[in-house]
Amino acid sequence: MFHALVAIKQVPDTTNIRIDPETGNLVREGVPAIMNPYDAHALAAAVEWKRKLGGKVSIVSMGPASFIVTIREAVELGADRGILISDRKFAGADTLATSYVLATVIQTIHEQDPIDVVFFGKQAIDGDTAQVGPGVAVRLDLPIITYAVKIRTIDLARRRLVAERKTEKWTEVVEAPLPALITCEKEIAEVPFAPLPDLIRSLRYEPEIWTMDGPAVFDAEYVGVRGSPTIVFKMGTPPLPEAGEKINSREVGVEAAIATAFAKADAAGILKPILGGVQ
Amino acid sequence: MSARRFWVFIEQEGGKVHQVSWELLGVAGRLASEVQEEAEAAGDTVHVEGILLGHQVENIAREAIKYGAERVYLIDEPELEHYRNCPYYKSIVGVVRKYGPEVMLIGATTLGRDLAGAVATSLRTGLTADCTGLEMGEVKGSQQRLLLATRPAFGGNIMATILCRQHRPQMSSVRPRVFPLPPYNPHAGGEIVREEVPLDEKDTEACILEFIHDKAESVGIEYADVIVSGGRGLGTPDGFKLIEELAHELGGVVGASRPCVDAGWIGYAHQVGQSGRTVRPKLYIAAGISGALQHKVGMQNSDFIIAINSDPHAPIFDVADVGIVGDLFEVIPAMIKEIKARKEALA
Repeated sequence: MFHALVAIKQVPDTTNIRIDPETGNLVREGVPAIMNPYDAHALAAAVEWKRKLGGKVSIVSMGPASFIVTIREAVELGADRGILISDRKFAGADTLATSYVLATVIQTIHEQDPIDVVFFGKQAIDGDTAQVGPGVAVRLDLPIITYAVKIRTIDLARRRLVAERKTEKWTEVVEAPLPALITCEKEIAEVPFAPLPDLIRSLRYEPEIWTMDGPAVFDAEYVGVRGSPTIVFKMGTPPLPEAGEKINSREVGVEAAIATAFAKADAAGILKPILGGVQ
Repeated sequence: MSARRFWVFIEQEGGKVHQVSWELLGVAGRLASEVQEEAEAAGDTVHVEGILLGHQVENIAREAIKYGAERVYLIDEPELEHYRNCPYYKSIVGVVRKYGPEVMLIGATTLGRDLAGAVATSLRTGLTADCTGLEMGEVKGSQQRLLLATRPAFGGNIMATILCRQHRPQMSSVRPRVFPLPPYNPHAGGEIVREEVPLDEKDTEACILEFIHDKAESVGIEYADVIVSGGRGLGTPDGFKLIEELAHELGGVVGASRPCVDAGWIGYAHQVGQSGRTVRPKLYIAAGISGALQHKVGMQNSDFIIAINSDPHAPIFDVADVGIVGDLFEVIPAMIKEIKARKEALA
């Protein structure tokens, strides 16, 4: 039986985030919370392989009680067991402290019910760090395949996984022993429409809530703000660069607007070498 | 007296260096100079050094010296010929433990991001991803200057400056093209120090079965001299034909804003911005791109930016050297005509 574990993060939909121009603060009201898109694809891949091999998919997520909606969404997409790791003591964690908590929880689940593959999205769209997946792999001493675009085989008998990962130069076909951890690109699997029974089940699904007090055993030294080596020193809006000249082509005509623009580029020594180099 | 070491991971694949490594040697040199005075006063020494892994790559170590490394730690082993997470991170961690660098910079490439998180976790230290600003700054309560790492967060909507007070090294990953290439000094002298880190059999268990070269995916947008980018203002995927034509006339490549990629109008390899690639071309033309912050952080370091947008209030104009307010379907064809005429005049 195949046992996949998927780590899922709830994120604000970053395309909707605004800064209050007067206070410089992040405007959070009205910003919808969504399942991190890469995690949704990772979950879809896990569910696909569960259906092929038989078995189950567990998911973990770390955050406040409002994350329950995301766990229900994961159940709707085919997860069998959902665990929300939720405790104020975990708040303010950077990627190092986050990977500690997740690794500890995953290890505890693994001891109850051995895991074959741990799935992560390649990164979360709010922080874009891509650090937590590799961090968990290091802590659990698991082989890691990042930027996976395709799982070719999961061979439970031989305890091997073969996946394709995309780098800047090429696609690598990598074989790793199980258990392994992979971080997923969107191509790994399409997010399906939920089958009706899963949909119904998700509506009433109550995830297990794990806290600092258990069932996993944490060292208070390594969680939350205390366990985070990095701190935010300051925050602000990006500096505004100096705006250049704006020409309205409707007023001066298209040709004249282009002539002015190109003259500026010429004056900056930009255009001529470019045109000289192209045949 | 102690040695304050500023390290750069020199990234290579198949014997080819990723240029971000040289860019980071430039940054490390600047960071080192920012603590020079303080170090002298305390009797400390300051060093800019590289760490390089691979097989038969000593020539790259020599290049690193010419880009500003005074010393390169080299681990040259057959098992390190191709990048793999586990043997790489364990080797680096071994050398870091031996020398205790104060700062370590890694390119935020696919390889670098895979590696950096593993190295930082193994060392239990702080890592700030995708930094766009780095300086050694004074921080209350710290005797020495600390690395202040600034990065865009929340899709580029805010800038956060992160520091790592106690743990060492202070690690940052930096995207290619955020910082310029440092000067190349062919006569620079430096030292290559060979290191050996024993690996277990288990460390090399994950293995690469094959490489699939996929030409179509590689746009080479990061290091292009000319980029013509299209946004939602193109209206339809067909709009990119016009963008392609202009890019072709300029010998450049096609870029795109995130909404176009999300809508499936063009491939992800073309995406410019915080969630795509950071670019620094000589000429960047943005057509029909409104200029969301997440796009701007990816292209505002271009040498010269021309923006074309029908909305005079589009934020893209804030970063443009010159903006043309108008219909891109009128402006770009006229631009192509003008470029053709100029090229004929030059020929």
